[in-house]
Amino acid sequence: MRKRSIYTLVLLAVGLAFIVIGAVKGEANAVLQKAIMICMECIGLG
Amino acid sequence: MDKKKKKNYPLFKARMYIQACWTLITNSYASGFINGTIYQGNVKSICVPGLNCYSCPGAWGACPMGSLQNAFAGRVSGFPFYVVGTLITIGALCGRIVCGFLCPFGWIQDLFFKIPPKKKVRRLPGEKYLRKLRYVVLVVMCIILPLFAKGDIGVGSPWFCKWICPSGTMIGGLPLIALNENLRSVLGWLFTWKMFVLVVILVGSVLMFRPFCRYLCPLGAIYGLMNPVSLVRIKVSKSRCTSCGACQRACGLDIPVYKEPNSDDCIRCGKCITVCPHSALKMDASLRGRRKRRSAAREEA
Ligand code: SF4
Ligand code: SF4
Ligand code: SF4
Repeated sequence: MRKRSIYTLVLLAVGLAFIVIGAVKGEANAVLQKAIMICMECIGLG
Repeated sequence: MDKKKKKNYPLFKARMYIQACWTLITNSYASGFINGTIYQGNVKSICVPGLNCYSCPGAWGACPMGSLQNAFAGRVSGFPFYVVGTLITIGALCGRIVCGFLCPFGWIQDLFFKIPPKKKVRRLPGEKYLRKLRYVVLVVMCIILPLFAKGDIGVGSPWFCKWICPSGTMIGGLPLIALNENLRSVLGWLFTWKMFVLVVILVGSVLMFRPFCRYLCPLGAIYGLMNPVSLVRIKVSKSRCTSCGACQRACGLDIPVYKEPNSDDCIRCGKCITVCPHSALKMDASLRGRRKRRSAAREEA
């Protein structure tokens, strides 16, 4: 396996681990809370 | 032309259809368009890969860039593992393939690029430096300002969303404002500014390929950094490539792909692969090393 492929696998493992840690910390809910409200900044009102 | 390369072609030729289908499917919450509201179910805790505003009436998912800024702005305590993990995972899997195939605002720019004149601008003066601007936008507007410029109650704002993001204005702001009278009644100068930015980018997209993606998009910047190490990459066959430059001439971003197949500018549209007269380029998702691949080829023979 080439060095570059090892980087890919390490990155994938880190990314997936981060998602799990974040979900356990309740961050998915923080994303949800923001995403279900109309974002005034996004639409140019605030 | 070998079989494997031929297999790649229909995918690239159908790129516009894939972009259209992806945009329609991920923004198909019909009730939002009927009532001038947005989807509020649990699926919205999942980030979509592209710059898809979560304030689009039809959006089922969350925008990763908006979520990242809001996490830094104080909605998440400590390091934002969830959003950063999502970005790393998507980037490690496919890099800027997201930009070529799975981003609504990328698709919108591609549609505007089809409008005449046929002769387009290939580069601006100082192009090399202008292309680094997206990293400045990422660091300053998406990380530093949300993190440190906090208001009285200790919460910052998503600066990129507020001052620049044309995806928010186009697929979030415009439909919501058209459908929702309450929102229409509070329009102000910020909306005028965001409309100005949007119009400049759309006019720019008629004249040049993907101006927002090449100069300003912080999400493209993140995925571009992972182009060289993502699972799916472009490979150049040294034995086939004659350095004729046909790929670079066909590339809307003017990338010398035969020299830099994994440039951070490359949106993986595949055009270079389809035009190469020597079939020297291919999109590859193999994790195997060169030596192993060679022995596999020998075994096949
Ligand atoms: S304004 Fe742009 S960055 Fe912000 S959430 Fe919407 S699409 Fe994402
Ligand atoms: S650079 Fe940004 S706007 Fe362009 S396609 Fe990629 S994610 Fe979408
Ligand atoms: S190098 Fe090839 S795949 Fe990348 S943007 Fe240019 S034409 Fe598209």
